[in-house]
Amino acid sequence: MKAIVTVLGKDKVGIIADVANIMKNYGVNICDISQTLMQEYFTMIMLVDLSAATVDFAELQKNLAASGEEIGVDIRVQHQDLFDSMHKI
Amino acid sequence: MLNTGDILETIKMVDDQNLDVRTITLSLSLLDCADSDGKAAERKVYDKIMRRAGGLVKVGEKLSSELGIPIVNKRVSVTPISLVGSPSGNYLGLARVLDKAACEIGVNFIGGYSALVHKSMTDAERRFMETVPEAIGTTEKVCSSVNVASTRSGINMDAVAMTGRIVKALAERTADRDAIGCAKFVVFANAVEDNPFMAGAFTGLGEGEATVNVGVSGPGVVAAALKACKGADLTTVAEVIKRTAFKITRAGQLVGSKAAALLGAEFGIVDLSLAPTPAIGDSVAEILEIMGLSSVGGHGTTAALALLNDAVKKGGVMASSMVGGLSGAFIPVSEDAGMIKAARSGKLTLSKLEAMTAVCSVGLDMIAVPGDTSAETVSAIIADECAIGMVNNKTTAVRLIPVPGKTVGDEVNFGGLLGSAPIMPVSDVDSGEFIRRGGIIPAPLHSLKN
Repeated sequence: MKAIVTVLGKDKVGIIADVANIMKNYGVNICDISQTLMQEYFTMIMLVDLSAATVDFAELQKNLAASGEEIGVDIRVQHQDLFDSMHKI
Repeated sequence: MLNTGDILETIKMVDDQNLDVRTITLSLSLLDCADSDGKAAERKVYDKIMRRAGGLVKVGEKLSSELGIPIVNKRVSVTPISLVGSPSGNYLGLARVLDKAACEIGVNFIGGYSALVHKSMTDAERRFMETVPEAIGTTEKVCSSVNVASTRSGINMDAVAMTGRIVKALAERTADRDAIGCAKFVVFANAVEDNPFMAGAFTGLGEGEATVNVGVSGPGVVAAALKACKGADLTTVAEVIKRTAFKITRAGQLVGSKAAALLGAEFGIVDLSLAPTPAIGDSVAEILEIMGLSSVGGHGTTAALALLNDAVKKGGVMASSMVGGLSGAFIPVSEDAGMIKAARSGKLTLSKLEAMTAVCSVGLDMIAVPGDTSAETVSAIIADECAIGMVNNKTTAVRLIPVPGKTVGDEVNFGGLLGSAPIMPVSDVDSGEFIRRGGIIPAPLHSLKN
């Protein structure tokens, strides 16, 4: 299953490295990354593949949010479907 | 490929602009639960709701979390109890069972304590109608509706007179809670069979066994989109609303189809609704004010609302495989911060609201009026609203709350999504004789349109 991970927070050194490491720990494969700074806010969006994930979706969501809190960013994971539905005909 | 702009736009809609799916409503047929033994009917109804809707709340929560969009309400609607209960006459027993099942499965409302009496009333339906105040006044989650008029059959004025008395009786029964019982009772003209919204949801006789109907929302999203095109002409405004409504509706379509699959039900319709909440930034009134009215209720309000209502439908229709319900902008007074403000200042009156209902969904909704408003006056207000629905071939509804002991200048607070409202003045003209005549106002002619 494909999902969208968004990482939002104040910019600092090592966010990408930290987040990538968290993904690796849960067996989440990163397929695509887009990252930008909006004002001083770090905004990263990743398309990820969860087929080899070591935990189920609900637990992954909970763990990512908790890990995000530790490194000071907001990490959320959502099914890709909502974005596709709303923005593609 | 990732489109950062689209993804962030969706997240912003949810985080900052109150985008949500307002309700997933499982519409359940209870026709197979009718039984001449009242206790057996209760058992069948309870078992069926538990079996078919037991997983509804869990499914809603799962989808909400996985998709990242709030699903505010999970609800059940059922076949009109006036029909299911008629072989036994055990209407009140069924109301209690509906309430019990609703509490156990965790939905916030269950609708369908309803009767369809738009042309005439059977003896059983008359007896059913007499039970409504007790049924709604003594249960927590049961909602009731009565269809008293239709474009094809006219207005059943005997039923209109009766519903005025029901509203008053409900107000008295729940006087200690600001007459909240009245918020669970709605009177319709041209009621629809697949409405997901309460208090008026019921499962029509043309519906299937179990169907998921979805009500979307998103006034805040439309308001944000319109703020970004300040100064643009109204053609552009309509375009922006259409585009926004498309996106909102797609979210509803997605949630509805997924919920239906998970519940083993059919996917029914998306109700293309703009349903406000009392939260700041989730107001239909605010949209009209962004269009250029200094307050909702002023001249131009009806025109602005007509534009909004039509654009919402045009944008939504293409976004969903099936649309239905009450589709359109809702203007409940107590549930919309902008409407509350305008009503409080006297800029929004009952007369203007009545005019607005001619061009939008659904009717005079969640309006608190003085407690000494007579049953005949309530009926007369219902009759006016029915006439608008009947003549214009649209659904209209009335949900009035005559709050005992309160008068103009007072406020009521229902809490939660039902919000709060100032008591609005009603005309002191006596319409009693007109209402007491009873009979039928015949259906209108469909030619010579003027």
